[in-house]
Amino acid sequence: MNNEHEKSLILGEAGNMGRAVAGWLGRAVLFSITAIPTLAIVFMIIFIAGEALPFFENLKNVKEFFTSTNWAPSSADNPHFGALSIFYGTAMVTIVSCAVAVPLGILVSVCLSEIVSARAARIFKPVIELLAAIPSVVYGFFAIVVFAPLLQNSGGALIGGTIALLGIPLCLVASLCAGESLKGDNATSIKSVSVSAAVFLLLCIPVLLLARDALSLQISSGTNALNASIILAIMALPTIVSISQDALSSVGRDMREGSLALGATKTETIFKVVIPCAKSGIAVAVILGLMRVVGETMVVWMASGNSLKIPEPFYNVLEPVRTMTATIAGEMGEADQSTGSARYHVLFAMSTCLLFLALLMNAAGRYIGGNKSRK
Amino acid sequence: MKTYNTIKKIAITAAALAATSLMANISIDGSTTVGPIAKAFAEYYKESNPDVNITISESGSGNGVKSLMNGSCQIATLSRFMKVNEFKSCVEKGVLPVAHTVAYDGLAVIVNPQNKVSALSTKQIADIYTGKITNWKEVGGDDAKIVVISRDTNSGTYETFNELVLKKAPVVHGAEYVGSNGQARSRVNSTKYAVAYVGLGFADSTVKALSVDSVLPTPSTVATGKYPIARPLYMFTNGSPKMGGHVFNFVTLCLTPEGREIISDLGFIPVCK
Repeated sequence: MNNEHEKSLILGEAGNMGRAVAGWLGRAVLFSITAIPTLAIVFMIIFIAGEALPFFENLKNVKEFFTSTNWAPSSADNPHFGALSIFYGTAMVTIVSCAVAVPLGILVSVCLSEIVSARAARIFKPVIELLAAIPSVVYGFFAIVVFAPLLQNSGGALIGGTIALLGIPLCLVASLCAGESLKGDNATSIKSVSVSAAVFLLLCIPVLLLARDALSLQISSGTNALNASIILAIMALPTIVSISQDALSSVGRDMREGSLALGATKTETIFKVVIPCAKSGIAVAVILGLMRVVGETMVVWMASGNSLKIPEPFYNVLEPVRTMTATIAGEMGEADQSTGSARYHVLFAMSTCLLFLALLMNAAGRYIGGNKSRK
Repeated sequence: MKTYNTIKKIAITAAALAATSLMANISIDGSTTVGPIAKAFAEYYKESNPDVNITISESGSGNGVKSLMNGSCQIATLSRFMKVNEFKSCVEKGVLPVAHTVAYDGLAVIVNPQNKVSALSTKQIADIYTGKITNWKEVGGDDAKIVVISRDTNSGTYETFNELVLKKAPVVHGAEYVGSNGQARSRVNSTKYAVAYVGLGFADSTVKALSVDSVLPTPSTVATGKYPIARPLYMFTNGSPKMGGHVFNFVTLCLTPEGREIISDLGFIPVCK
């Protein structure tokens, strides 16, 4: 009797099979759905690298591609494919925009997670994240119509003002730190104050001189590396702020309280405990922001001036530059696909370089992110 | 056999074309220079034929040819003639491009209204764009660096300028590239020492058009061939459009009095008086 009861629970041979098949089928369907994005990236890599191969087969081309600045792919009789200035443009725009976006983004995220009230953070963070929702062509339009004329007409004042506005508070902080460090050596308060003042004056003079020099700066063209970099920095901000704030917020209460209980001030807690704990999260945020900057096309195509020259001197951000993404976007229309010209393949060579750069940064991000979870 | 296949393909595409014109749908793609003409024509044409749906894209002359080749548009607008390579690719895909000249366009060389310079020779313009002249004082202007602005190499305007003025010499590497006529104009308008070239229709009062070889770009100087930087503008169709069909009416609109008026209003020069 017991047997009969059990039997009703166990399915017959056929039912068992049916279930197995259904289960197998379901898994197969789900697996193939999961495989679609993976296959997409595999096919893309194969296709892009495959189209780039005819260009890389010619070693003379490869040498010219990476070492020459002579880029004239449209010339019918004597084409040149020296992309060095284009690589340089990408590097310059990336470095400058990171120099703006990384400190700013980290400061904003520290402020959001540690300093302002939770209620204010709940308002600020979505607003900052909204920046990511604005289409890049809108940023580009803003760069051309508003920012470029502004840079041309009052760029000197703008840059000088920024240097003074940022530099003087920084000098103040540095001088206070210097005074503070003296205090530890049992120095009198008068002495520490005078040291502070001396350091402040000493630092302020070069800053103000620099600001004064910047005031007389004449910017001949507003669409330049600086314009593109600043707009790109604004675009990368939401990524950096959002991810590094999450990293900072996830640092445990026990860490903060432990630090405060040991007598550390709030500043010390933030800089010596919370930020080091969230280090890998912040690094991932920076890398993701970097990838946004490197991959952005529309803004740089509109705002960077697209000139094929390494600026002179090499750090002159007020000269127009051209990036890899803008080159691909700008040249693709005329690059003859049906005849498979070298002009067509060189753009894929450039795409391949961009792709590998992205893969490399992605891997770096995963490596750093992985370190955190192992800890 | 191959010829037969090609003919068959042409026949099929022509049939497809006829079918689409029955559905009264005209799609146009190509040059940003011809774009305004196509748009104004479309507006005018829709008034008398409300059942016709006309879509216009402006992705550049090169892309217009690609669209015609792929069959994604019936009319490709070009601000230059079709290249040998493009023609070959079209025929290989069973598309026979037929050119219709719709208007003439002069390329105006424009500077900021505050610039003292108001005349240059073709040679001087070529020297500026190839980097031999870099300061306005070398051509009688202020002592300031010339900000050279060129259209991107995708555009028919670039090709025409490159051919007519630079004789195919490469543009100086420090030049800035912009993606449209309107952008070139707004850059010159906001940059005191910039120089750029745009279709005559874009040279309005916000910028100053230079006289080239002492001829000012005006409709009459372009139409009479006196102005040196001028070119015809084309609409390309796949095969000759069926007489009396919508595509036919559209590409021949430029010959009617209304069409000529539209073209003159836009700052281009009609093909016939």
